Parts: sequence; structure tokens; C-alpha cells
Amino acid sequence: MDDTLIGRGLKRTPLPRFLLWLAPWAGLLAFGLYATYLCFAHGLNQTNMDNRFAFGLWIYLDLTVIALGAGAFFTGFLLYILKRTELKAVINSAVVIGFICYSGAVGILMVDVGQPLRAWFTFWHPNVHSMLTEVTFCITLYLGVLAVEYAPLVMKNRRLKEIPGLLVLEHKLHKLMVVFAGIGTLLSFFHQGSLGGLYGVLRGNPFAFREHIFIWPTTFFLFILSAAAVGPSFVLLTTWLVGKVSRKRLVSPEVFQTLGKISGWLLLVYVVLKGIDSLVWINATSPKTGVQVSSFYAHPPFGTWILFAEVVLLGLVPAVLLLSRRVRARTGLLVLAAVMACAGVVLNRYVMTIQTLALPSLPFDSFLSYSPSWQETAAFLAVLGYGVLLYSISFRWLNLFPEERELAAKG
Amino acid sequence: MHTQKPPSSLPAHRYTLVVDLDRCTGCGSCGTACAVENNIPPAPERSTERTGVVWMRVHEVTTPATAGERTGFVPIPCQQCDNPPCVDVCPQRAIEYDPRTGIVGQIPVRCLGCRYCMVACPYHARSFNWWSPEWPEGMAASLNPDVSVRQRGVVEKCNFCVQRLQAARAKAAAAGKAEIDPADYVPACVEACPSRALSFGDATDPESEVARLVADGESFQLLAALGTHPKVWYRSSDPVVRERLSRTGVMRG
Repeated sequence: MDDTLIGRGLKRTPLPRFLLWLAPWAGLLAFGLYATYLCFAHGLNQTNMDNRFAFGLWIYLDLTVIALGAGAFFTGFLLYILKRTELKAVINSAVVIGFICYSGAVGILMVDVGQPLRAWFTFWHPNVHSMLTEVTFCITLYLGVLAVEYAPLVMKNRRLKEIPGLLVLEHKLHKLMVVFAGIGTLLSFFHQGSLGGLYGVLRGNPFAFREHIFIWPTTFFLFILSAAAVGPSFVLLTTWLVGKVSRKRLVSPEVFQTLGKISGWLLLVYVVLKGIDSLVWINATSPKTGVQVSSFYAHPPFGTWILFAEVVLLGLVPAVLLLSRRVRARTGLLVLAAVMACAGVVLNRYVMTIQTLALPSLPFDSFLSYSPSWQETAAFLAVLGYGVLLYSISFRWLNLFPEERELAAKG
Repeated sequence: MHTQKPPSSLPAHRYTLVVDLDRCTGCGSCGTACAVENNIPPAPERSTERTGVVWMRVHEVTTPATAGERTGFVPIPCQQCDNPPCVDVCPQRAIEYDPRTGIVGQIPVRCLGCRYCMVACPYHARSFNWWSPEWPEGMAASLNPDVSVRQRGVVEKCNFCVQRLQAARAKAAAAGKAEIDPADYVPACVEACPSRALSFGDATDPESEVARLVADGESFQLLAALGTHPKVWYRSSDPVVRERLSRTGVMRG
């Protein structure tokens, strides 16, 4: 049965070994599901969040995975809209990663809200001024788009292809993919931006608040750009990692180089704009609220090093590395630069989520600390377990890398 | 700057609370009266200072030694901002600014429990119901029938005892009057304060005590530079206290 599901010409590890690989991830998922059950049954008192630290690990996770999952929309945009056909080699994998990231984020959000059964209120009684409304609409719709983009991959499975109806449907969906790529890009622009806007509009928080361009704070644009910049890097990383774990050549080195180059250019633009934004914030936005930016960095461990790390060490440096042809020619260095680029955005989302809440606002406030409870950590790990499980199953039975067969034949 | 814009239109009535810091002894009567009036349940054993439900938190504040160390108390309810940072962020319209009164209302039955409003509020005036409300045996019989009990997983905050405003309006309507008698609308905290540190009234009425207090130069708003335009004012005869507490950012030196 298993053999007949694996694509022709593809070699996969024996089933028992595959199941052994899945077991720990399934265990992680089960453990996390138990933690989420506790949260649903007993409430969010199972977490270490509180009235002051009202957002925690889960919101941070949402912001991070959605940024990393941006590879799905951006690769689709490059392939279907800008016709960068060499990216056909990774689009399927990018869609699966995107689906995992977004479904994981939506799942965690459902645990994170106090009244998940009221989630539909946002659609029925939306506050159109809220960035969170925009995030909710766009993420939900985009998850639907990702599901539609994922569906043809499943339908192209060797056994499912034998069902004529599915084959026809897959063919028709494939023809519509350019439309879905366009819709996905539009939705992604808005929700990536709105996630940044969540913090940039916080008028009561001089650390997070930014100047507005039209109705959007600058963080709106910076989040779009940073997500678009690291999306290709994350696709590069996951493809490289899957190749290492499965010991297979999945794409040609040119694909890695293309992804790296695109990531590098976008990251450079992001770093320049982030630098300008930081200067405006330091010299104008924050002082106008009566706060000098230096006071934000007076609470260890959140010193100025964190801004330097975010903009220079994990922003400018990987951008320069990714733009170097010599670096891109060496896979090890290319992967290192991609790791640094992703780490920069992971740090940026951390700063926006955690540092924003830790800093005092009232004159007699103190700096706050927060560490997640085991239930929060377990739910976080469940997303990781779920992601590895779904990706592993997809890799085994779906054709995620169209070049794999050809590269295997070449030896 | 965006944050400094005054509200586009001010409400017809501006219900305002003035806290005299020189008079506040930190006894906590305001918070207790608030809890009784608004059906705030006792905190569970596992709760902490940061997880209980509190609508009126009394902070003990000590000014730095360099400024002549002195200790005082600062009661902080929802500041009822005229330019509230919380209203726009709520995804499902569970927070409403009443243009007739200026009161910022929280509507728990609409609340998703996302806590974005808590993140947006620089005064930390909100509480999330981390636990289901529970009252000791017999105590539930003494709940205020004019205030709904909130369930686990929603956010709540001070609303200037708006149920008392509704009762005052009903009384005025029954008497054939268009406006309420100011004496009929007094929040529970103001009523309970033994040292008369709290004054409440309509600041649009030039004859009111609060209108006089906010205009006399000894009153200030917390985090005024953020442009939230709170309707809770603080006052002190001590210029050091006024300067320290009205600034944005942490007291140092």
C-alpha cells in the first residue's frame, strides 16, 4: 500500500523507519494537545500570562511563523506573477510550509483567546478600525487559499490520480493557480502588514508606536518587507534541511542561489528602511511623547545590543552575504546567511511582542518579566510536532520537489 | 503628531473623576466598594497581584531619594480617555466610547478575550478573567442585580458605575426631567472614600466641583503627553509630586 502511494521514480525510506521517525513528533503533538485541553477546560490560568503581560509566547509564535511562512505567498508571487520559472522546483514545498505555518498560527490563536467560540463575532460584527480584524480576516482567508493550493498536490498523488474526477479537478485548479497566487499575495500583504500594525498603532506605548503613512504605521510596511525577505530564506533552509535529513538532492544549486539572491535584495531594502524608521523613532516620534529612546534600553537584558543585533548583525550582515555571488556559490555559507536572516526577523518579532510589554509605561511602573508555563511551551512544541508530521507525510507521498526524480536519475 | 490630536468632538457631558493625592491614605475603601458594587469575585488562592480582577488599583508610590523621598498612594481606575487607545484596537466592538457621557464602556458579552485592549492601555486599567468567578457560599445572594456577572475568558474594567447613571436617568425620566440630578450619580468608589479624596461630576458644568478642581493648576493627568485625554485627573499641592507623576517614562533621579 505504502509503495503504491510513493511517486514513481522516487526513493523513500522503508515504512517502519519512517514511522519511527514520526513517533517522537507525534508524541510532541499529543503532549501539546493535552496542554491545550487543559487550557480549554480550565482556562488561561494555565498560562503564565497576566493582566500586564497579556500577550506571551503564543502571540510571539504567531508573528514568527507567519513571517517565516511568507515564503509560500512570495514564492507563488515570483513564480506565477513575475514568471520566475526556476522557482517551480520549490513552490510545492513552500505551499506546504505556508500551510503548516498558517494553520499552526490559527490553531494557537484559538487557544490563546479567552472565548474561542466567539471568534465568529469578528466576522459578523467587525470593528473595521482594528488591525486585529484585518489580521483575522486575511489570515483566515489566506489559509483557505493555501488549502486550495495544497489540494492539487494531494490530488497529484500516484493513487489519487487514478480517480478521473480528481485528475480533472486538479487540472482545473492548476489553471487557476495564477489567480490564487494573486489573491494570496494581496491577502498576505495585508495580514503581514497588519501584524506589524498591531504594534505600530499602540498610541499608548511609545516603544511600539510609529509614525503613520496614510492610515498605516511604518511597522505595517516593515513587516511586509521583512516577511517577504525571509520567506525565500526559510524556503531555502527547509529545502536544504529536508535534503540533509532525507539524504537526497531535491533541487539544483541554482535554485538555492536564486532564493538567496532574492532574499538578500529584499533584506537590504528592509534594513535601509528599518534604519530610517529607527532614526525617525529615536529623534522624533518617541521624544514627542516625552520619552527618550535610551530609557527603553536601560533594562537588562534589553540593552542597545538588541537593536544592533536586529538591524546590523542579523540584518545588514546576512543581506550583504546573500548578495555576494561567492557566498551564494558555497552552500554552507549560503545556509548560514539564510539562518542569520531568519534569526533577524525572529528577533524583531520577539522585540515587538515581549520587549513592548516588559517596558514600564506609568512613571512608577517597574520592568516586567515573564516566562511561559509548561502548558504554553507544550502547545508551542505541538505546532512544531504537527509541522514536522505534516511535512514528512507530504514529502513521502506527494511530489514536493519536481526536480527530485531528474536529479536522482543523474545520480 | 498623530497621538497629540484632540478628540474630534467632545461629549455633551464629560463625567470626570478627580483624585486628591494629598488626601488619599491608601486605605483601599474605593477598591472594596467598587468590587461590591460591580460584582467582582474574590480572587482565587492561586491568583497573584497581576492575575486578579481589580477595577480600582491603589499603587503605593515612593519618589526617588534625590527628589526628597516621600511615599503616597495613587488610585488608578480606567482613565476614561476622550481619545482612548483601546477602542480602535478591539476586533469585535466590545469597547464603546459613549459620545453623550465620555464613558468608555467594556461589553463583556461581546469580548473575544484576545486581550489586545489590555496591551493597548498604558494605564493597565483592565483585568482579564483568568478564572471562572466564584463566590463563597451565601455571598452570591448579595450580588448587585444591576450589574452582570462576567465569565471566564473576558476582559473587564471600570465604567464609572454606569449602572448608577442609568438608574439616575430612570429616576429623572420618571420625574419628567430631561437631565439627571448630579447627586443621583456618584460612583461607588467616590461614595466610599472616607477622606474625600475622590470628587466626581460633569466637567462641562462650570458650577461643578470637578470643573473647578481641574482648572485650578494643581491638577494633572497621567501620561498626558500620549494624547489620550483622560477624564481621571490627579491633584497635589506638591509641585514635585505633580512633576514626577505627570511625566511619561519611569521616575529616576
